[in-house]
Amino acid sequence: MVKYCDLFYIFFKIGTFTIGGGYAMLPLMEREVVDRRGWLSREEFLDQVALSQAMPGVFAVNMAAVVGNRLRGLWGSVAAIVGNILMPIVFILLLAVALRQVRTIAVVDHFFMGVRPAVVALIAAPVFSMARTAHIGWRNCWLPVAAALLIWLLGVSPVAVIAVAAAAGFVVGKIQNRKK
Amino acid sequence: MVFAELFFTFLKIGLFTFGGGYSMVALIEDEVVSRHSWMTAQEFTDILAVSQMTPGPIGINTATYAGYTAVVGQGLPQWQGVIGALIASLAVVLLPVVLILVVSHLLSRHSQSAAVVAMFRVLRLTVVGLIAAAALQLLTVESFGTPGLNLRFGLSVAIFVAVLVLSLRRKVGPIALILASGVIGIIVYGLA
Repeated sequence: MVKYCDLFYIFFKIGTFTIGGGYAMLPLMEREVVDRRGWLSREEFLDQVALSQAMPGVFAVNMAAVVGNRLRGLWGSVAAIVGNILMPIVFILLLAVALRQVRTIAVVDHFFMGVRPAVVALIAAPVFSMARTAHIGWRNCWLPVAAALLIWLLGVSPVAVIAVAAAAGFVVGKIQNRKK
Repeated sequence: MVFAELFFTFLKIGLFTFGGGYSMVALIEDEVVSRHSWMTAQEFTDILAVSQMTPGPIGINTATYAGYTAVVGQGLPQWQGVIGALIASLAVVLLPVVLILVVSHLLSRHSQSAAVVAMFRVLRLTVVGLIAAAALQLLTVESFGTPGLNLRFGLSVAIFVAVLVLSLRRKVGPIALILASGVIGIIVYGLA
């Protein structure tokens, strides 16, 4: 049986040393959980990936939850989650405190003046790459465009947009299914 | 009471985040900048820079930093900011984790209904729009400078275009791009 401390350790290592968010952690999780330790078969692992992507929340934390749960139940998932997010939270807090002290120094100010447009570009970039993976074309592009305009120009809450989209998709799926 | 508000706000953000950290950025921005005014768009952009340069899930990093900044921004002491950070980080994962554990018990591999599949297809499309809105809302005078023929705005637009192209076409990593932009900022604005 997999030990709690091993679950904690694996996710701790991945959470502490992976820069670039949850999807950057995925190959590392696969290597540890499937290849090195043999805790799950590749197929089982991919099922957990699909579930984590489909459900709301932070992808990496969802992965830790379902893999931990699969191996050692509820406390297994707690061990994996805590391992995964412990050091990132500590790092961010140290940085947040430190940045508050140095905020007014000219060099730091100039650094962030250069960085801000870059960050906006990094947020805009996945729009284009995700448009490809979500198979957006002329027929369905009205949906993301409408979502963006509703939020940006009319100030509609993204929460409302997501809720309506989910409900509409579900109903349309039900109707299409009945016609078959 | 800022702590209770933080908790419920991030509970909501967690529950409605589909499609990873970047769509969470859209929700966090809407709540903490537009609705609650816990911080300015400029502060939020700085948080995003730090969140992408440090290890860990982007959603957790952003929630932690936003929780801290929201509390300290109200003039409360730093240790309470740490509590705010922990509350936001916990709240953002709480409902999704409960939900996914329940669903993983209920769901056998073959029980994917057509309606659920259709729902996720629509959600994947919608999330792209959500992220686009987040990027559009960050196009502010504070981050880019006043539009016109001046050094600040010109350099900002140049950095924006360069980063967009380099990350999409050449797959340059975010840390390299953020650091390079910062160094350019230090050099150009330091000399000007």
